[in-house]
Amino acid sequence: MSIYLPIAELPVNLFLILSLGIAVGFLSGMFGVGGGFLMTPLLILVGIPPAIAVASVPSHMAAASLSGAMSYWRKRLVDVGLGLVLLSGGILGTAFGVWFFAFLLQAGQLDLVVGLFYVILLGIVGGIMLVESVRAMVRAHHGAPPIVRRPGTHAWFHGLPLKLRFRQSRIYVSAIPVTLIGFGIGFFGAIMGVGGGFLLIPALIYLMRVPTTVSVATSLFLTLCTMLIATVLHAVENHTVDIVLALILMIGGVIGAQFGVRAGQAIRAEQLRLLLGLLVVGVAIRVAVDLVAHPEELFSVVATESLR
Amino acid sequence: MNCTGVGGFGFGALALGAGLLAAAPATAERLVTSASTHRVLISSNFTGTDLVLFGAIEDDDTPSSRASGYDIVVTVRGPARTFVTRRKDRVLGLWVNMDSRVFIEVPSYLAVLSSRPPAKIASPEFLRRLRIGVANHTLPQQIGSDFADVVPQDPFRVAFLRVKDNEGLFNEEPQGITFLTPTLFRTTVPIPGSAPTGNYEVETLLISTGKLIARETTAIEVVKTGFEALVAQEAHDHGFAYGLVTALLALVTGFLATFIFRRD
Repeated sequence: MSIYLPIAELPVNLFLILSLGIAVGFLSGMFGVGGGFLMTPLLILVGIPPAIAVASVPSHMAAASLSGAMSYWRKRLVDVGLGLVLLSGGILGTAFGVWFFAFLLQAGQLDLVVGLFYVILLGIVGGIMLVESVRAMVRAHHGAPPIVRRPGTHAWFHGLPLKLRFRQSRIYVSAIPVTLIGFGIGFFGAIMGVGGGFLLIPALIYLMRVPTTVSVATSLFLTLCTMLIATVLHAVENHTVDIVLALILMIGGVIGAQFGVRAGQAIRAEQLRLLLGLLVVGVAIRVAVDLVAHPEELFSVVATESLR
Repeated sequence: MNCTGVGGFGFGALALGAGLLAAAPATAERLVTSASTHRVLISSNFTGTDLVLFGAIEDDDTPSSRASGYDIVVTVRGPARTFVTRRKDRVLGLWVNMDSRVFIEVPSYLAVLSSRPPAKIASPEFLRRLRIGVANHTLPQQIGSDFADVVPQDPFRVAFLRVKDNEGLFNEEPQGITFLTPTLFRTTVPIPGSAPTGNYEVETLLISTGKLIARETTAIEVVKTGFEALVAQEAHDHGFAYGLVTALLALVTGFLATFIFRRD
């Protein structure tokens, strides 16, 4: 059954898009990530113009992350203070990202830059996850106790001014690096059409020494906020949010996420991280192949009106 | 319905009734055409449609029928848009958009349907002059501050036509005209689901022995309707409100799902 997308101006298969929403929602619920890094490339693969895909996916992620964010909120695991400082940088980063997105679209280099970001960021994060989870599994196999990584060491940024105490996260750091992290997440999120959880969670755990559960909870809370803001900003700046596409993805996403959360709870943590690492690296390789392989068609045609 | 380049429209419609149009003939024959619809409406289940065009050749001298017979060429031109065509080149092992050309105000949709391959209908000069065939259309490119069409072999021009053909937006049907009787013909114009919205010009040419006998122009309109029209309008005119509604929709969907799937 086909449905016409009023902003993308083309018909799509309703069930194809709905199953994409369910599948990505399932994975995002299972791994506790937004799933934008999967959804955006998949939509482009099925023929949705990149500008529409990147602008419409955030609302899907907001819907899919709401349920998890509410549940963490009730358990009081969200560090609101940390979240707000991250968000202040995140809003700036998102606004700058949306503007840079429009600039790249105009210059015809959007596909290239987004592709490179995907390969580099996903490659690094996925690679680290793979190595780390395999090590954890080997240790568990040998019966060694898991290494607790809270050595209380002082990194260079602990010397910066504007120090704030985040009670929930049990950290006392300068607002500057936190805002910068928020800015980076917002910026990459807006350009790549991703929530940035896969960047934020490792940054909070390994750089800021925030406890894992608080990191995940705060990241989900931040994803919810930045994705809502990205939706509005894309709608204002680029007029490329397709509400029909977004609604189909949202409905699929929230259904899939519910089952994904249950599936995720049935798997051990390091195995889950291994699977997520494989998935992330897989997407990075897929995008890398597209950048390097000889394209079937060297030419592309874009209407200039659709650039705005 | 406001159509440009269809001078005889109002007058013709008055004279012959809605949908039937006639151009003032210089020779004996006259051309009358009628499209199955003048408005292609895009609603939520739109996946493309076929526009059927009927035409009749009217002749004053009853036993007319020129010995050589008639040829018909129907050209449908979509709303003019400006396109950027980019070419990828290999840079440091990556395929990067390097060179580009801007095609100014060229048809966003083009269909050329003829009773025979155009090369058999008339001379190359004639075909070029009357823009018969996709390759014979003027596709002005921006060159500095000026613009002009380039040689037909220009790689960007060829690529532009090829990409549009692959998108199903530029079509050529050399046998696309069916003669039901020697003076009555029919053709089917494919309007794909991704067809751009706007005014389409439908030009019908009657040709015999390589000469233009009569020309007839009408117009159709491809428009979004109902919900689709409303959404497109709001997205364009009230971006902020539209974004807020989408964001609110995400919250409601997420909240409903939490409520429905709650396990306790």
